[in-house]
Amino acid sequence: MSTLTDPPKAAFRPSQLIYDTRYRSITIQVVALILLCIAFYWLINNTVQNLANLGKEFNFSFLGSRAGYDINQRPIAYDNSMTHARAALVGMTNTILVSALGCIMATIIGVIIGVLRLSNNWVVSRLAAVYVEGFRNVPLLLWIIAIFALFTEGMDPPNTFRPNADGIAQNEMFLGSVAVTNQGTFMPGLAWSSLAWILSLVLIACIAGIVFLRRRARAIQAETGRIVPVFLPALGVLIVPMVLGYFALSAVSQRNDQVFVALGAQSGMDLASYAEASGRINFCSIPSEASTINAERYMQSTEVNFRRGDFFGDDDARKALAAGNCSLIIVDASEADALIAEIEATPLFNEPIAVLSDQLVEGRVVEVHYPVMTERGIPRFEGGFQVRNPLIALWLALSLYTGAFIAEIVRAGILAVSRGQSEAAFALGLRPNRTMRLVILPQALRVIVPPLISQFLNLTKNSSLAIAVGYMDVRATLGGITINQTGRELEGILLMGMFYLALSIAISAVMNFYNNRNTLKER
Amino acid sequence: MKRTVFFGALTVAGLAASMASAATLDDVKARGSLNCGVTTGLVGFAAPDANGVWTGFDVGMCRAVAAAIFGDPSAVEFVPTTGQTRFTALASGEIDMLARNTTWTFSRDVDLKFEFNGVNYYDGQGFMVPKELGVNSAKDLDGATVCIQTGTTTELNLADFFRTNNISYEPVPIETNAEAQQQYLAGACDVYTTDASGLAATRATFENPADHVLLPEIISKEPLGPLVRHGDSEWGDVVRWTLNALITAEELGVTSTNVNDLAAAPTDNPEVNRLLGTEGELGAMLGLDANWAQNAIAAGGNYGELFEKNIGENTPIGLARGLNAQWTEGGLIYSPPFR
Amino acid sequence: MSDTHAQSSTFVRTQMLSEAEPPLREKGAVKWLRENLFSSWLNAILTILSLLIVYWALSGLIPWLANSVWTAGSLTECRQVLSVDGLGSHDGACFAVITDRWVQLIFGFYPSDLYWRPVLAFALFFVALAPVLFSAQLPRQMMWFSLVYPFLAVWLIWGGSIWSPLLVLLGFVVGYLALRELSKIGGAIVGVISAIVVAVIWWGLITPWATNTLHRVVGEARIESETAALSAMVDEMTPRLEALEAERDGLIARVNEEVATKDALLEEALSQRLNNPGTPAFETARSALLAQMDVLMAARREASELAVETFLLDEDLSEARGLLTRTRLLEAQNAQLPGLTEKAAELRANLPDAVANLLSLDGAGDATPEERQALEETLAAEEQAATLRDALESTYATLGRVGLEPVQSREIGGFTLGMIIGVSGIVLSLPLGILLALGRQSPLLIINKSSVAFIEVIRGVPLIVWLITASLLLNYFLPPGTNFDLMLRVIIMVTLFSAAYIAEVIRGGLAALPKGQYEGADSLGLDYWQSMRLIILPQALKISIPGIVNTFIGLFKDTVLVVFIGLLDPIGLTNAIRASTDWNGIYWELFIFIGLLFFIFCYSMGRYSLYLEKKLQRENR
Repeated sequence: MSTLTDPPKAAFRPSQLIYDTRYRSITIQVVALILLCIAFYWLINNTVQNLANLGKEFNFSFLGSRAGYDINQRPIAYDNSMTHARAALVGMTNTILVSALGCIMATIIGVIIGVLRLSNNWVVSRLAAVYVEGFRNVPLLLWIIAIFALFTEGMDPPNTFRPNADGIAQNEMFLGSVAVTNQGTFMPGLAWSSLAWILSLVLIACIAGIVFLRRRARAIQAETGRIVPVFLPALGVLIVPMVLGYFALSAVSQRNDQVFVALGAQSGMDLASYAEASGRINFCSIPSEASTINAERYMQSTEVNFRRGDFFGDDDARKALAAGNCSLIIVDASEADALIAEIEATPLFNEPIAVLSDQLVEGRVVEVHYPVMTERGIPRFEGGFQVRNPLIALWLALSLYTGAFIAEIVRAGILAVSRGQSEAAFALGLRPNRTMRLVILPQALRVIVPPLISQFLNLTKNSSLAIAVGYMDVRATLGGITINQTGRELEGILLMGMFYLALSIAISAVMNFYNNRNTLKER
Repeated sequence: MKRTVFFGALTVAGLAASMASAATLDDVKARGSLNCGVTTGLVGFAAPDANGVWTGFDVGMCRAVAAAIFGDPSAVEFVPTTGQTRFTALASGEIDMLARNTTWTFSRDVDLKFEFNGVNYYDGQGFMVPKELGVNSAKDLDGATVCIQTGTTTELNLADFFRTNNISYEPVPIETNAEAQQQYLAGACDVYTTDASGLAATRATFENPADHVLLPEIISKEPLGPLVRHGDSEWGDVVRWTLNALITAEELGVTSTNVNDLAAAPTDNPEVNRLLGTEGELGAMLGLDANWAQNAIAAGGNYGELFEKNIGENTPIGLARGLNAQWTEGGLIYSPPFR
Repeated sequence: MSDTHAQSSTFVRTQMLSEAEPPLREKGAVKWLRENLFSSWLNAILTILSLLIVYWALSGLIPWLANSVWTAGSLTECRQVLSVDGLGSHDGACFAVITDRWVQLIFGFYPSDLYWRPVLAFALFFVALAPVLFSAQLPRQMMWFSLVYPFLAVWLIWGGSIWSPLLVLLGFVVGYLALRELSKIGGAIVGVISAIVVAVIWWGLITPWATNTLHRVVGEARIESETAALSAMVDEMTPRLEALEAERDGLIARVNEEVATKDALLEEALSQRLNNPGTPAFETARSALLAQMDVLMAARREASELAVETFLLDEDLSEARGLLTRTRLLEAQNAQLPGLTEKAAELRANLPDAVANLLSLDGAGDATPEERQALEETLAAEEQAATLRDALESTYATLGRVGLEPVQSREIGGFTLGMIIGVSGIVLSLPLGILLALGRQSPLLIINKSSVAFIEVIRGVPLIVWLITASLLLNYFLPPGTNFDLMLRVIIMVTLFSAAYIAEVIRGGLAALPKGQYEGADSLGLDYWQSMRLIILPQALKISIPGIVNTFIGLFKDTVLVVFIGLLDPIGLTNAIRASTDWNGIYWELFIFIGLLFFIFCYSMGRYSLYLEKKLQRENR
């Protein structure tokens, strides 16, 4: 029998670390790691020394101090008495808001222009080409400045909507409810009653129903080949419950009793006498609540002069009332006494507070409120849904700029699908729209999506130019005013950088997930 | 301490590394020129002309300091800074002094560790509105859209003012005066707020200045002045006393036209003599030549001349002296004695 | 066989008919219109909509451009000229601001007598680029120029002594020699590491020493003649400056006269317009005014030229004076220095042990007051010696300069600034980008992960944040007391930034190479670096060129962001220009000019990259 023995194991020699490829890679990595550590140590050590020399400490406590500045676009509650952390959060929300809006709009513009550029209509394709080249070859910052300036100079200021002495205004609101001015666009807004959550549950149920319908139709088609119509049934599933729910819930919420609680009022006063006694009413309005809208209508109908201070939610408004920042609030009849007790318990509170005698109800489950031109003082619109021009201009500039790049991507994507594909689809008897939907688009998307992701990332990063139009994104709040006021550059820029990094990673994660789901599965 | 930097190796003459050290005056003298931080452009205070020569009120301050040190008002390099970069530039030693209409505040002095060397302009935040708005007081601005020039104390003052008066407003923060002006003129803001001097200067260049009014409320104190780093009092003294020399010169009637005659021989006024170095050794105490103040005054004139030449009533900007008159004439401009 | 004769059948044509005209709707413009513009309802609507858009845009723009004013000294004068034609300030453009300031928008504050230097550097850039792009057509020797060009360009733009760039360049040569010789002894890794060490030592220690010594030697040799020349220059310049100043003042007076004349003519023209519009009298007054504007502008130009001359002379004079003073001090300083250095060393040697090695007072928290004071004295003495040494060095550097007049980087602005940042960002980032791309493909875990982390972190954060980091934070990360030029800091940041993007472009190029190329290289027995250098990278880089050009376009456009950290790029300059009382309130004209320049540049680059891409596709087919 022959025995098979392993070759004698060679002893490890240190020179193998350099000459033996098996070990050399380890050597290289260890050296790289050491160099990396040294570099980091050097940087951090320098930073520590520099901070010590400047007498600064590395900490984030400045985030807890009062910000003291105002922000014009507030998707979440904020006022200048809140902290720098809150201001930074508002800035982050603004960044995310404009990036999301921009990505959607840029995709729409990009797809339309990309298709138009392929059109055989000479004028249209030339115009699309001019657009694409014009936007791609000039710095975004210039476009942002130019579009903002075009907005301010090309549109009329709000005062043109105010009637003059003869009752004639220079401009009329579109359909009596939408005004486009160089300060912003004002349009009808929605307000919700306390029962609106039920309506949203109904909506979710409806959508679930539609998804179910579609699944079922697909299953039937897969099994029998019969195409089951989905659109009309889906519409029915959506509309019928919603309409029914709306009326039913409105009937309930219109029975909800509401009362005014007024600062400086004696009990038993009604609104008119309170107005007379206190001079000017400062209404704590929560524009997103139906009760506020109803109360304002009531006050207008009783011809009481009032001024509104807008707040985000109940807590906000009640705090403002306790602090005396507004004087009149509308609450559920059942909650009024508790509120009064709570406010009276606030230290330093010494004004009389009472429930007014007027009887009100909460409005319908969803109320629409319209922007109205003020009659006195600075001409401006009150109420309604307001979008300020910095946001619109930045949004448009970002979408137009990125849209130009996306148009090229879309064009390349469509051109990448070979003609044979559509011819084959036609040969199978598919109609043009189905050819597009089932054959061309899925293939084109595979080419389009990866570069599209990087365009979305670019747009998000480019939104940091918001400061050029006075839109307060994270760069303007945390990376601008906060750093300026507190002198905490290191911490502020670090936070801002990490925020952008996290946002970028999140976007590419989402898009890559979508992309991976749609790539060709190679086996 | 000084260290050779690795990057130093890659730098060629123009990029030569400079280091912040404790003795700024020595560094400046060794370098042969003063690095002075100014704004990237503010009407009347600092702006480059078509040939790249900087002019303006703040620029005059820099030139005076350069003249006091070198006897040469052009031995100064102007470093444009933004509202955000100015303090870092000063703290890191990139610039030796900052003359960029910077408000003297507690936190800048104590927390950010800068030394303000006096006040060369007393300013305050004001409002400008179109006349047709019919507003007479800032308290009537409820609900107004307000254009603000950012990067300064302006946002904070504004927020405080509206909060104390319990009125609402819509801020539109804008980076530069030029942009804000365009927004305001097109009616995209109802009100424009920044330092009153800036407002006046801006209004002066409008096509129809009479269509716009400055509201009477001045909502903040903005003492503007040159500043240097903490911890180098000798250097701080040079800047401080150059400013004081300009102010004293106006008070004593020493101007750029007569300064050379007055400095030629001792005069009857001992303070003039001390100022101009014909008596006493004030210059040597500062570590400068005896005729340092003479040079500083000859560079661009005394305080009053600088004011009149750059922002005064005979310029397009047309600011009145107001608070910035000499204390003898009811203003706040006051220099400690040269003694 | 049928014997048909053509003549016999009357119904058969004997010759071809001449071609008939196609129906009207199938030819020429009509056909083209029908097929291209109105082929379907949708198309027709789109056409009409597009035409409406074009009309709307042009109807606003063309009158504004047609009424533009090109000769005026300020916005007010522009408005005056417009008002004579009864136009408001919004009815006509005021391109006079461009006439006045276009040079500034392009060069920033670069000394006007030295404009040839950046222009030459720019022109040579194409010469240096040519061998890279057209390697087939051009001799290989031209590559040497491409390699030397970066140093030449830096020297041209910033000036200074000729040996500074030469010494830095020599560092590469020394490093290469070390690599070649030492890898023979110790293998590739040892070679690379020692090459880096040698080069760093060369740059960090030998270069500054050699520069200073050279300056000192040349300076010492020149000291006599320079002093004489300088004092002669000062003596000669002072009266000349005074004469120039007098002349300038005369010209300014003349300009003021012309302004007065213009004002009178303006009033005349306006009143004529009011009273006799459209009459020859008005026309005469109007043309008289316009003629006067030309005269005025000519006078202004003359005055401004003279002012520049005076300014330059003044600068030269003040420089000469300063240098003269410093030269005269040299002897005393040279004598003083050893004493000071000795004193500092002595103090340091005598320091109490507790504080003996401290370089600043910060570490002396728990020292006794005496120790503290001793340390303070030592530090002050060291400081003094160092300052004196610096002063000596800088004097010698000026005295012993053999080369071009140095230009500070803060004097560079406008498009030149954008160009410098963009080009140096791309050129410097190429080596780093290649390494990162290779690192990202590397199977070595740590190298791979750190490359990926670097690339993703850089790409995940906006450039503006990196720029703010460069201007506000870089000082924190470097040793205390370090401070260098803002522009250099920006270039370093931009280089790191574009390296991440270039790495991705090159990774694309590497991925596009067929696997056979890698396998072929392996089968030849080449090691990793050899296969990369000889087989993979030349091909990958070639197909990456369009991508690199596109990255450059993006980077060049992004250079306008430096306005946020106070550098005067074109947009920063618009703020500076509008801060002068003359042009406060001007808006669109400046942005249109800047936008147009950017467009021309980026569009042609983009076309070129497209052409390259097509060419490469053809070649690879």
